[in-house]
Amino acid sequence: MRSPGRSWREHPQRYRLEAAKCTGCGRILYPPRVVCPDCGGREFETVTLPRKGTIVTYTVIDVPPTGFQGQAPLVLALVELENGVRTMVQVADVPDMDRLAVGMPVKLEFRRISEDGEAGLIFYGHKAVPA
Amino acid sequence: MVVGIIGYGAHVPRRRIRVEEIAKVWGADAPSYKRGLKLHQKSVPALDEDTVTLAVEAARNAFERSGGVHPAEVGAVYVGSESHPYAVKPSGTIVAEALGIVPEVHIADLEFACKAGSEGMYLAQSLVKAGEVRYAMGIGADTSQGAPGDALEYSAAAGAAAFLFGADPDRLIAEVMATYSWTTDTPDFWRREHMHYPRHGSRFTGEPAYFRHIMSSAQGIMEKAGLEPRDFAYAVFHQPNGKFPLRVGKRLGFTMEQLEPGWLSPWLGNTYSGASPIGLTATLDVAKPGDLILMTSFGSGAGSDSFIFKVTDRIEAVRDRAPRTRPQIDENVIQIDYGTYAKLRRKIRLGE
Ligand SMILES: [Zn+2]
Repeated sequence: MRSPGRSWREHPQRYRLEAAKCTGCGRILYPPRVVCPDCGGREFETVTLPRKGTIVTYTVIDVPPTGFQGQAPLVLALVELENGVRTMVQVADVPDMDRLAVGMPVKLEFRRISEDGEAGLIFYGHKAVPA
Repeated sequence: MVVGIIGYGAHVPRRRIRVEEIAKVWGADAPSYKRGLKLHQKSVPALDEDTVTLAVEAARNAFERSGGVHPAEVGAVYVGSESHPYAVKPSGTIVAEALGIVPEVHIADLEFACKAGSEGMYLAQSLVKAGEVRYAMGIGADTSQGAPGDALEYSAAAGAAAFLFGADPDRLIAEVMATYSWTTDTPDFWRREHMHYPRHGSRFTGEPAYFRHIMSSAQGIMEKAGLEPRDFAYAVFHQPNGKFPLRVGKRLGFTMEQLEPGWLSPWLGNTYSGASPIGLTATLDVAKPGDLILMTSFGSGAGSDSFIFKVTDRIEAVRDRAPRTRPQIDENVIQIDYGTYAKLRRKIRLGE
C-alpha cells in the first residue's frame, strides 16, 4: 500500500493526468521522469493528457491480488491516448468480457484505485471505461 | 451585477438495479412499489465510485460547458453530500485537487440530508454576487444507502451534478433571478454518528416534511419574484421517489409538461444531494433561451432551497459540449442482480 506521502506527491499525475513534456525533443513522459530517455534532457513543461483513447492491448486477470478481489475479472489495458501517449490502466464498467477488443474506444474516468483497509486512506486516480 | 450558472454538468454511474430484483429478495410486492412510488430502477455505484469520483466527473462536465474558465480562477468549491467518503477529511479538497482548483480557494463540505447540493449552489452564487470570488462551484453528489429490506432501499441511488457560478455576461447560461429558503426543525429522517443506515419517521416523512417545506419554499419564491406557475417553462423538485415530485408539482399548479424533463427518479432513483440538481441539468439540456425554471430542493431535518433561473441564448451553444443527462440515465446501462448489488454496496461481510 502506498504511503500518505508518496500518494500525495503523485497527486498531479494521478488526479489531473499531468505529464512531463521534454523541452529538448518534445517527448511526453507519463508518469513524469527526471531525465528524458530519448535525448537525456532534464527540462520539462507540464502538459495535461487527453482523456480519450483506444485499447492497444489488454489482459484479463481472473484471480486479482489482495485488495482487488471484489473486482474479478480484473482488466488491465495499454491505452493509447489521443496525443499518442500510452499508459497502462485498469478498465472498468465493461458490460461483458466479449466486448473487450483491441481498438476499443475508451475514456479515462476519475475512480478509486485502492484503499488502505477500512480505516486507511483512499487512493484515487484514473481508469479507462468504454467510451 | 447579474450572477448565474456559467457551466453545468451531471454524472451518473452505469449500473442499475430493478425494483423487481430488490422486491424478490425481501418477499415484497414489486408492482406496488412501481405503481405506488413510481419507481422502476435505481443507479448503483461500482466499488470504485463514490461521492468524490462522481463529483469530479460532474464538475469536469460543468467546466466543458463554461467556455474555457480556468480552474485556478475558481475561488470557492462546495461539495454537498450525506455520503462523504471520509468522516474527517473533506471531499472538497480531493475534488478541487483533481480539477486543478487548488490552492487559492475556499472549500467546505456541506451536509443537510438531500439538500446539501442546493446549499452549495446557494453559497456559490452568493459569494459571486458579493464580489468575493470571480467563480464558485456548488456540487451535489451522493452514493446513498437504505437499510436492507427498508423502503429506502428501493430508491437510495448515486449521482452528481455540478454548477459553476459567475457573472461574466458572455458566459451566463442561466441567470439567478431569485433565491429563497424555508427551514424548520422537523425530525423526519436522521442518521446518528457511526450508524451505517439512516432511520426515518415513516409516514411522518410526507406531509409535515417534504410537502410542507417544498410548498412553502416554492410559494415563497414565486411571491418574492411576483411570478406564478404558468410563468415558468419548467419546474424541478426534490425526488425521493417518482410519486412525490409529481404530486407536489401538481398541488403547486404545475403541469406534467413543466415537470417532465427534470423528473428522473423513476429510472434513476433518489440521488439525495444530487436529486433536484441533476433534474436541473436535464432541464437545462432541453430549455430554450428566455425560459424560466423553478428548482426547489428538500433536505430532511428539514428545509427547502428554491431558485428561479432565466435561461440565456448561450444555452444552445454549450449544452452539447458535455454529455447530456438523460442519455447518461437511459443508455449504456449495466443491469445487476441483488447479489452483485450487495457486493458493490459492501453489504456482504468478507473474511479477514
Ligand atoms: Zn527529450
